[in-house]
Formats: sequence, C-alpha cells, structure tokens
Amino acid sequence: MKLFEYMAKAVLRKHGIPVPDGFVVSSADQIRKIPGPVMVKAQVLIGGRGKAGGIKPAESVDEARKVAAAILGMNIRGYTTKEVLVEQRLDVARELYLGITIDRSNRSLLFMASPDGGMDIESVAEDRILMLPVDPLIGYEPFVGRRVASFLRLPPEQSSQVESICHHLYQLTVNEDAELAEINPLVITKDGRVIAGDAKVTIDPDALFRHREYESLPEDITPLEQKAKQLDIAFVQLDGNIGVIANGAGLTMATLDSINTFGGKAGVFLDLGGTDDPEKVKKAVLLMTEANPKVILLNIFGGITKCDTVAKGVIEANQEKKITVPFVARIKGVNEEIARDMLKNEGMIPASGLSEAAELASKESLR
Amino acid sequence: MAVLVDEKNKVVVQGITGYQGTYHAGAMREFGTNVVAGTRPGKGGTEVNGIPVFDSVKEAVEAQRADTSCIFVPAPGCKDAALEAIDAGITTMVIVTEHVPVLDAIQIVSVGRTRGVTIIGPNCPGLASPGKAKVGILPSKIFMKGSVGVVSKSGTLTYEIVNAITERQMGQSTCVGIGGDRVTGTNFIDILKLFEKDRQTKRIVLVGEIGGTAEEEAADYIKRNITKPVVAYIAGRTAPPGKRMGHAGAIIARGRGTADSKIKALERAGVKVAKIPTEVPDLLGET
Repeated sequence: MKLFEYMAKAVLRKHGIPVPDGFVVSSADQIRKIPGPVMVKAQVLIGGRGKAGGIKPAESVDEARKVAAAILGMNIRGYTTKEVLVEQRLDVARELYLGITIDRSNRSLLFMASPDGGMDIESVAEDRILMLPVDPLIGYEPFVGRRVASFLRLPPEQSSQVESICHHLYQLTVNEDAELAEINPLVITKDGRVIAGDAKVTIDPDALFRHREYESLPEDITPLEQKAKQLDIAFVQLDGNIGVIANGAGLTMATLDSINTFGGKAGVFLDLGGTDDPEKVKKAVLLMTEANPKVILLNIFGGITKCDTVAKGVIEANQEKKITVPFVARIKGVNEEIARDMLKNEGMIPASGLSEAAELASKESLR
Repeated sequence: MAVLVDEKNKVVVQGITGYQGTYHAGAMREFGTNVVAGTRPGKGGTEVNGIPVFDSVKEAVEAQRADTSCIFVPAPGCKDAALEAIDAGITTMVIVTEHVPVLDAIQIVSVGRTRGVTIIGPNCPGLASPGKAKVGILPSKIFMKGSVGVVSKSGTLTYEIVNAITERQMGQSTCVGIGGDRVTGTNFIDILKLFEKDRQTKRIVLVGEIGGTAEEEAADYIKRNITKPVVAYIAGRTAPPGKRMGHAGAIIARGRGTADSKIKALERAGVKVAKIPTEVPDLLGET
C-alpha cells in the first residue's frame, strides 16, 4: 500500500527524520498562512508529478491559493488530484538518494544510497549506487550508517546527520512494516541541514493486521479491483477480452500465457487463491461478468474439493445472473466427468485440458 | 532415495485443529508420512483422528521425537509458530501459511539458517516424494514414483505440470514447492543442489514465474554445476509490468524480473524452456 507523500512525511517525522514544514488541504481557501515561500504539490500515487504541472512554487498566501486551485482536480497520468501539500521551499545545495527495500536474494533489508539524488534511481549509473544488505540477525548498528555516509563522501557535519537519518529510516521500516521507504531527494540545504525533500513509503499489505491505521487508505486500483480485494480475490484488469478465472497465481498466469499462444488476449486476471471453494467460485464468476469480457475461461485444478461442487458454484452464479458470453470451463480433479456433464447441460463449453481450454477460449474471443 | 523428507521423518502438524490442519494431517498420513503429533495451544492432551495433540512443539519433540514440522498457523501467529519450532529443535519445516509479512519471513529464515534448519516456504504447497512421504498440501493422486525431480515457485501450476508428466508415465523422485513470496527459506539453487546429488533423480523440471531474479541465478548455477537435463517453464510471459499477479513476488518491477530475461538466461544454460505448461512432458520426453 503506497502512502501519499504527506502521509509518508508524517511517518518520517514521527520517526525523527527532518521534513519541511507544511500542511495538506483539499480546497484552496483552507490555506490561511504559509511558512515563507512554498511549493504546492499534488498528492497522487504516481511519479512524474512535476513534469505534469502538479508541483508549483508560490510566494504569498494569495498565490498559494491560486496555484492550489489550479492543481486541485488536475488529472495527472490518470489520477485525479484531491489534495495538495503546501510545504516550505528548501534552499537546495545538493540532492542525495536514500532508501530501504527488500533484498530477495539476500533475504534481508537493503540500504540503497546515491550521491545522484533527485532523479529516477534506475537511471543512475551502477557505480554511483551503494547496495548494502543488513544482516537480519545483526540489525541496524551505527556502522551501517557510517558505511552509507562514507559512500556519499559528505563533510563531517552532514555525515552525522545522514547516519542519524539511516538509523531512523531503518526503525521506520521495521516499526511500520514498510516494504519500501525511499527519500528522493534527500536534500542538503545551503545552510547545511539534511532534510527529506520527497518521500515514498509502501506498507506491506500482508502486515496490515498489525497496522489497522493504514487499512482505509485509498489504493491505486480500479473499483472492480477494490471489490475483488474485499472478497480476498486477486483481480487485475488487462487489455484483452478474455476473462480468466483460475486458482493459484502461477496457474492463472500460465492460463494467460496459454491463451496467448492461441492468439487470444486476457482482459482479466482473476486468481481465486489456493482454493477451489464453490462459494468463492460463484462470487468470482459474478464479479467477472461485471468486467464485461467477451469470453470467460474458468480453469480450476482441484486439489481436495470435488469438481461437481465447483460446477455447482458456476451454475448458481449463472442462475443468479445469466452469463451471456461464451463460458469455457476446465475443472480438473475428483468427479470431473459429472462436472463436465453438468456444465454442458447449462450451455457451457467444457474442456478437459489446459491447452484445449485455452484454444477454445481464444477461438471464441476472435469470432 | 528422495530429497529432504522420507517415510522415516517424524512430522508434527502445527495448527492441526483447524480445517486445513486436520484434513492435511490425514492426507499426509495416507500418503505414507509418519505424522506423530499435532499442536494447538490449549488443546494439549486431545487427539485429532488418532494423532496426539500437544500444547507446544517442545512437548511434541520430547514425547514423539518429532523432527519435521508442517505449519498451518494463520499469518499473524506464523512467526511465533516457526520460531517456536526452531527453538524446540525441529530440523525441517514446511510453512504452508500464506500472507506472512515479509519482515517476519526474513526473521524466520535468518534464524533458521543459523540453526541449520531447512525451511520450505512460507506460502508454499510443501513437498512430496511418491512412495515415501509428503509434507504439505499437494494432492496425493497426481503423483507417481519415478525419476523426475520437480522444483517450483507455484502451487496449483505445479499440480498441473506434475499431473501432465504422470499422465505420460513419467514419475517423480521428489516435488518441492518452494513458494512464490519474495523471501522464502529455500530457493531454486538449494533444491537443484539436492537433485544433482540424488541418485533417484535423473531429470529436473524447474517451474518459475515473473518477478525477482531467482530464475536467472538458478540458470547461472545450472550452467556451472548441474549435469542432469533440466526442463523449465516460466509463468507470466504475458503479464504486464507493475501489476502484482497474485503472488507477492510475481511483479515486474522497474523493468526487472521479466519472463523474457529468465527464459533467455535458462536457454543460455542449456535448459529447454516450455512455452506453455502442457509442453513440459514433451520436452522431458526429448531429454
């Protein structure tokens, strides 16, 4: 779950990392006074705000209101701006990069730092980025911060500030269950202070059970994806016209790949999870019809549930809301013969194998 | 021979009183696994289908000499359960639980590593050695004893592929589902190493998916260390970047972790890569 910049900065402040003074508003007239010259920044969960005109300077309250009015409601790469952050403008001397993320290969947290802040870290030359895994059994100790600061080649006064920020950023990551905590740019001001110019914090969605405060956050997903989430179903909208329902992430992806080899294209990725529960199948089918695919392809590899009960779930969905598009069903497991007959009688297209199902669905989608 | 577990391992099921725990404890036993105990704090002294239940793993280890654990405890309690098992002296552990916070996984895995505990998962189906034992939730009926070693990040996709190779009369030595989360206790290389040494395993199937660089690292390892033929399938060839495809780990982030890069790396290592899962038995037949 990505946090808006103002929320991320509040989390930084809570953990003792310096951030500019500022406040967030949802309408221009809420701006009453400003802490000197400010930046007015659109609060959207997507990069490239500056280039899109979502970040503007202002010198006075009047100007800040005018700028805020222009940015509020602005569409930035598909996202509507509902709030702006009005924030003290920094006198920038240098911009650094500092972040913590998950290191899959080392199975640990990873510090990333670069003297070339302010730009996309992906475009920074490799030898200008420090990648420093933190041994989980050691955790953060001051030597980690010293290594980061020494890589950045800073004067002593700024080094000590960066070391302290490293420590706090690590504590933030652990305390808040962040899977990404990134400060870019980490600004050195002309008067020598080190302060977070921008911040990205992403909370691990699997850790929300111990961070209820983040549960109600708006997310970067479509309304149907939101609905699916409430049903505990992984649902991703894509460009094609075949709605794919399968159980398990790998199998769902493999089903997408298989229809692709037969010329079809998936419009929805719907993963029921490691389940073949008939009630969930029914809900998934109903949800899928809302996405208006041209063809629906159901691919269930049943581990322990019987196929006929899964077929019953499909039929119940069809009775609740008539499915008007071709429905290809492949259910593998116990009692698959019975399930095939049940689905055939309901006007659906049964298939026995993955390839056959993918081929049938693709053909129907190209009609 | 098979790898990791056989009929001699003594298994304790943590969270045996839940629906999943009860069902799969029974299914494991039917498969031949020596299930000696279950745990559930507060339910010590009871039984589940004849399997004695203990309050703690320590008691299960002391009373029944359990050496292997299979964890069904829900995510919020999973770290506690896993660390309890490590502390009690369990040496092999399968964590079936999904949605384990990544920082919890990091802690479990790092502690396990220093104690020499083999950890499979979290968020994995476990492993099965046909004719010997299974620990986890893989459906028993798809397996056949044989010489193909299977290692996979996926659950149901693994069943699909195992089922397809069984239908072609090619049996398996051991099938290991390592899980699709970003941090797992065991990775492809750990299992490849075991398959290379295992005399029963003659050919290897590797099932990967988009996200991360574990498949690229495995390709590099295969090139240098694996002499047995390897067939692979990588799921997510047609997945768009930036979208999390079900598994926490299955995401093409910042241009890294694409199926293309994985397929190319594997092919460079001499691995035959199937375009769709049903091609795997064909390619195995050619090796």
